[in-house]
Amino acid sequence: MSEAPMPLWEVFIRNRSGMPHKHCGSVHAPDAAIALQAARDVYTRRGESVSVWVVPSSAITASDPADKDELFEPTGTKIYRHPTFYKVPDDVGHM
Amino acid sequence: MYTQGLNVTDTGKPAAEDPAKLARFQVKVDAEDKIEPNDWMPEAYRRTLVRQISQHAHSEIIGMQPEGNWITRAPSLRRKAGLLAKVQDEAGHGLYLYAAAETLGISREDMVEQLIAGKAKYSSIFNYPTLSWADIGAIGWLVDGAAIMNQIPLCRCSFGPYARAMIRICKEESFHQRQGYEIMVTLSTGTPQQKAMAQDALNRWWWPSLMMFGPSDKESLHTADTMQWKIKRFSNDDLRQKFIDATVPQGHHLGLTFPDPELKRDETTGHWHTGEIDWSEFKRVLAGDGPCNRQRMKAKTEAHEDGAWVREAALAHARKRAERAAAARMAAE
Ligand SMILES: [Fe+2]
Ligand SMILES: [Fe+2]
Repeated sequence: MSEAPMPLWEVFIRNRSGMPHKHCGSVHAPDAAIALQAARDVYTRRGESVSVWVVPSSAITASDPADKDELFEPTGTKIYRHPTFYKVPDDVGHM
Repeated sequence: MYTQGLNVTDTGKPAAEDPAKLARFQVKVDAEDKIEPNDWMPEAYRRTLVRQISQHAHSEIIGMQPEGNWITRAPSLRRKAGLLAKVQDEAGHGLYLYAAAETLGISREDMVEQLIAGKAKYSSIFNYPTLSWADIGAIGWLVDGAAIMNQIPLCRCSFGPYARAMIRICKEESFHQRQGYEIMVTLSTGTPQQKAMAQDALNRWWWPSLMMFGPSDKESLHTADTMQWKIKRFSNDDLRQKFIDATVPQGHHLGLTFPDPELKRDETTGHWHTGEIDWSEFKRVLAGDGPCNRQRMKAKTEAHEDGAWVREAALAHARKRAERAAAARMAAE
C-alpha cells in the first residue's frame, strides 16, 4: 500500500535582524495553515524567527542550471557596475 | 555513524557516465562548489547520497525511542523539559534530512515505507535498551558526542541540501551533549548508588558508541568514492580516534572508568588506544538482531499505522476546503 503523497511546501523565515525572509527548508502538509504550523515547529524552536512564509513547492519557478553561464556570466565583465572601478583622488578622503 | 549500513554493494550498476560530464562534475567538487539538486551528478553519487541521507534520517527518528522511554520518568521538571526539547530536536533532524533526501528524487513516503519494510537501515546504537536514568546522561554525552564528531565535517559535504541540513543540526547538537554530560556530572558526584548508575551506563554505552563510526577502514567499501566526491572528509577510524581522544579525559573527569582494560595513552602521540571492537556484535545488531531491534520497528510501525487516518483526514479536509473555496469563487463571478 502506498500512501497518498502529502504536498510539499518551502519554508522561509525572517529573523529579528530585519533581513529579508530566507529559505530554510521544507515541510509536508495538507494545506497552508498546517504547513505554517509545521514550519513553526520544525524551523523556529529557538527564537530564530519573527515571521514565517510557506509556499507550495510546485509554485516555484527556478532557473535551469544549464543556463547558468548565459544568465549570470555577462555580469562578470561589467566591472563598471562596482564602486572600485571609479578613481577618486586620495586627498578627497572616503567616498 | 548514523549511516553505518553503507557497506552494501549497489545492485544494478549504474550505466557508464559521460566522461566529459563526469570530469566537469569532479572539477566542481574539487573547487569546493556545492552540487545542487538540479545539477548534473553521476548516478552513483545520487544513490550513495540517497542511501546515506535516508539512513541518517531514519536514525534520528528511531533515535527518539530510547530517550523517549524516560520522558515521563525524568527525575525533575528541569530534566524533563531538557529531555523533551532534545527528543523534539531529533524529530526535527529527521525531518530536515528527509527533506534533503527528497531533493534527490525519492519521496518521504517511499523512504518511510522502506524503513517499515525492513529494507532501510538505521544506526545500531538505537537498538540498545535504556535501563536506567543514567542512560539518558550517557546517551547525550556519548551518542550525541559521537554524532557531533561525525556531523561537523558533513557540514562541508559537496551536496548543498545535505550540508545545509547538517549546519542546522550541528547548531542544535551541542545542547544535547551538554545536557547529557550534566546528568553524568550530577550522578557521579552524588551518592555511591548514583555514581554506580553512572558507571554502569558508561560500561554499557561505551563500546556501542565506538561502533557508531561504522566498520574499520580496512573493511569500508565505499570510502574511496565518497572521499573523492567530498561527501565524506575523514575515514571511520580517524573520526573514531578523534572521538576517543576527546571523550576519555571527560570520563576521567567524572571519576569513572572505561570498560576496556587495554585503554591507554600513547605518550608520544598523545592518542588514546582502545582494545579491539567486537565487530561480530556490530554486524549482528546492524543486521537486525540487537537487543531492541524488534521493539523499535514495532513501535515505529504502530506509530505510522495509527497516524494514517489523521493524515488521510487532513488531506480530505484540505481537499474539501479547497473545493468549497473554488465553488464560492465561481458563485461570486
Ligand atoms: Fe540529532
Ligand atoms: Fe542529538
